[in-house]
Amino acid sequence: MGIVLEARKVGLPLMNVVRFKGKPILEQLFVEEKLLRTSSDNWCIVNDGTNAPAIVMGMSGKPSELLELESVLRDEVPVIRRFTGGGTVIVDQGTIFVTLICNKDDVPGVQPYPRSIMSWSGLLYSQVFPGIGDFQLHENDYVFGDRKFGGNAQSITKNRWIHHTSFLWDYEDRNMAYLKLPARAPEYRMERDHNEFICRMKEYLSRSVFIEKTTKALETHFSLQPMNLETIGTAHEGRFVHTTSLLTKQELKDALVSPLESIAQNG
Amino acid sequence: MALRLWASSTANALRISVASTAHLSPSFSLSRSFSTVLDGLKYATSHEWVKHEGSVATIGITDHAQDHLGEVVFVDLPETESSVSQGKSFGAVESVKATSDVNSPISGDVVEVNTQLTDTPGLINNSPYEKGWMIKVKPSNPSELESLLGPKEYTKLCEEEAH
Repeated sequence: MGIVLEARKVGLPLMNVVRFKGKPILEQLFVEEKLLRTSSDNWCIVNDGTNAPAIVMGMSGKPSELLELESVLRDEVPVIRRFTGGGTVIVDQGTIFVTLICNKDDVPGVQPYPRSIMSWSGLLYSQVFPGIGDFQLHENDYVFGDRKFGGNAQSITKNRWIHHTSFLWDYEDRNMAYLKLPARAPEYRMERDHNEFICRMKEYLSRSVFIEKTTKALETHFSLQPMNLETIGTAHEGRFVHTTSLLTKQELKDALVSPLESIAQNG
Repeated sequence: MALRLWASSTANALRISVASTAHLSPSFSLSRSFSTVLDGLKYATSHEWVKHEGSVATIGITDHAQDHLGEVVFVDLPETESSVSQGKSFGAVESVKATSDVNSPISGDVVEVNTQLTDTPGLINNSPYEKGWMIKVKPSNPSELESLLGPKEYTKLCEEEAH
């Protein structure tokens, strides 16, 4: 039986698995962007909680539209613009991050377009949550019933793609107050505020069981091999230039002022 | 007349549309997705098109690409006077929670970018071959155009990807 299982694994593409705990989300994003752009391997990165709360916007996110800037500035919450698309999240030690970086040819049947990738990832995670909480991928969010517990985003290059997810294993209600209700929201949200719209994964399963089951689900598609952080080096080596960035205090202050100036000019 | 009738019935059987506009003709409609492929353009396997007119080449993404990407909400374009290289990314579009690279079919210097896309990124969805153009380039190596796909080959590529 062991030989049969090993033989099955031989036919599967390799995927390197990197496990972090409490890694700062900015550093995680630097690593991900560099691996997407400069590596030719498949990667799974799991970060079990980030060290401190941070706001992470998508590539085109505008702070003035998405954030309660006065409180963000007052409380000095870091604001990051990531290299992938999608919306805004606030993450902390209660967030579990799972990132998949794949060569498109190693995931047959999945075209390098967002809906095709999310359709595949939805099926993958359905193996993690069978019969749990009415799990589904609904309007591109991971939900239990009609409540979101996981937000995902993609970046797609010519031959590779990344699908990364922040799972709300737990969260602080007060942190959600830093985020405005977004103008662009899925229909099923129905204008609910954050605390009516999202839910906690911890009400359904433990962190360790979630990570273990995610790994098991990946094993049906890839032959997994653990990889050390030192092997992939630090995010700042080489000449690679990230698009992911930490917004400066001045940028946030300018964002706070600009809509007010616009109102003043228009009378 | 007979030839016209034959062509018409054949066209119906293959679901090919032969409509025409003043300056660009749809060559084929794909039977499954009805994405438009136009005559007079060259295509990259990564689903960008290029129209070479005189010393300038206009570049954008195809109808097939915009259909698969979904509603475009943001476009990241290069600066004018920057350079692009064949097969390399020059910008990105954001749609449905994803940023997707846009790759240049040819090498050259950017002489103009479509600033309309800043306020109206949906032009890429509504008019991928006309109002949704992305950059204009002065080709540095016009022979690169010969390595690109013509309308028939590009249509075949799209059909193969659909299966």
